[in-house]
Amino acid sequence: MSTSVSPVSAPRATRLGALWNSAVGKKALMAVTGIVLFLFVLVHMIGNLQVFQGAEKINHYAELLRISLPFLWFTRIVLLVAVFVHALAGIELWMERQRARPVGYQDYRPVVSSTASRTMIWSGLLILGFVVYHLLDLTIGVVNPRFEHGQVFANIVASLSRAVGATIYVVAMVGLGFHLWHGLYSMFQSLGLSNRGISPTIQKFAIGFAVLLTLGFSAVPLAVILGFVG
Amino acid sequence: MRITLDIWRQKNPRDPGRFERFEVPNINEHMSFLEMLDVLNQQLVSEGKEPVAFDSDCREGICGMCGFLINGEAHGPLRNATVCQTHMRHFKDGDVLRLEPWRAAAFPVLRDLIVDRSALDRIIASGGYTSTRTGSAAEANQILVSKPYADKAMEAAACIGCGACVASCPNAAAALFTGAKIAHLAHLPQGQPERMARALSMTSQAHAEGFGHCTTIGECEAVCPAGIKLEVISMMNKDVIKATLGGRASEMQTLAALPPSAAMRFFESEPPKKEQ
Ligand code: HEM
Ligand code: SF4
Ligand code: FES
Repeated sequence: MSTSVSPVSAPRATRLGALWNSAVGKKALMAVTGIVLFLFVLVHMIGNLQVFQGAEKINHYAELLRISLPFLWFTRIVLLVAVFVHALAGIELWMERQRARPVGYQDYRPVVSSTASRTMIWSGLLILGFVVYHLLDLTIGVVNPRFEHGQVFANIVASLSRAVGATIYVVAMVGLGFHLWHGLYSMFQSLGLSNRGISPTIQKFAIGFAVLLTLGFSAVPLAVILGFVG
Repeated sequence: MRITLDIWRQKNPRDPGRFERFEVPNINEHMSFLEMLDVLNQQLVSEGKEPVAFDSDCREGICGMCGFLINGEAHGPLRNATVCQTHMRHFKDGDVLRLEPWRAAAFPVLRDLIVDRSALDRIIASGGYTSTRTGSAAEANQILVSKPYADKAMEAAACIGCGACVASCPNAAAALFTGAKIAHLAHLPQGQPERMARALSMTSQAHAEGFGHCTTIGECEAVCPAGIKLEVISMMNKDVIKATLGGRASEMQTLAALPPSAAMRFFESEPPKKEQ
């Protein structure tokens, strides 16, 4: 991007680059990758609830997901790229924001904003850390006390019947809830799809899904540690 | 009533600055906040001390000159009002108030409570206008504007450029200001030919000035004395995304046909430079 290009002939790649280089565009890319990640966590949460239908059901479901290797890897790569772009944009914008106010206020009192909106970088980093732990726990198995490939139900019970395991999962899901509480609302604004009429509805949608996902995901670790499942 | 003030004192942009405490006895509750500061300054001058520097002009909420934080809130506790429109009756006898200037890299403190807001002027200069043919006066009703659009344009045009949105934003973003200026023209037929170029030019200028980015926190809307709505930012974002991805060929043709004016630079790799 060293030379200026005429708008009419700007190739696609350059336009994407231009999007990344502007603050508005970077937020739009965060919104799009955020939607991809949101749809993934939604499907993932619904899939997880099969734990309540017994070992056979969830193990079978896990097998189904692996039936087509190209599909499995396609999904994995899409998710990895989405997390990478989303997190990189988030961290870059956060660093920029530090530069935008080098001298902070002695006294600053938020008037209307939610705690969730002011802590997005921290809830985001919490999710990032959790994703690494989660993969090591249930996909690769190295931090799982008794890991066996393909034995999804047993692996889940092994990890979550420990107080530490269950706590990490529940805390991370509360963090995810906070992130989505603001994120699902903010993304409409970032994409230019919000206005004063629709904004309250978007806010309800965001809070609704944030609560739904936190409860839906936390149900599994809570059920295991309390002995309802296992 | 009696008020204690902790005011930011800073001699010049290079001075590190500090808070200084002042007691102001005998305040009439019908005084405006700035009149109360006038009383303090009178007192300081008579004691041979340096008065507190603050900006003001109209003192009726229309010029956008005044503004600082009172106890952590931009323009103080009264909503939809500037500090000059805030009266002492909104405070209690014996209150301790902390007055702090707008803080942002793009708003260097010049002295005490006065900051340099010329970055906002440069954002306007980069695209907050329409190019019109001058000559004999045009027929007033030549271009009709429907009432809903006229109202929305008028609402966005109410921005007085005070900078409270930047000051209250945890990201020090100028999104509400820039969005208001963009939406004001984007709602009108006269604003259409340069609409896409304007969105790119003004947002890239805001970026170059060192303002942060919007994360939909909403503090700006709450403290804005002119009642500018968050939706202007959504409209700005939509225009920027459209212009960058170049959805419609016709719009891109219009852009390409624009004269290469210094302000409406489109798609250059470097954003316009900040004036030294
Ligand atoms: C399951 C994973 C995640 C989901 C579903 C998700 C979802 C979202 C959504 C929908 C947004 C709103 C985008 C916008 O306003 O345009 C957002 C914003 C954000 N995300 Fe994530 N995110 C995830 C992971 C992460 C990670 C790993 C980070 C790590 C740094 C992160 C950091 C941020 C930041 C800094 C913002 C912008 C803050 C703001 O708009 O106030 N997110 N996220
Ligand atoms: S948008 Fe509101 S707060 Fe921001 S500069 Fe304009 S009038 Fe002031
Ligand atoms: S002095 Fe003009 S708005 Fe306050």
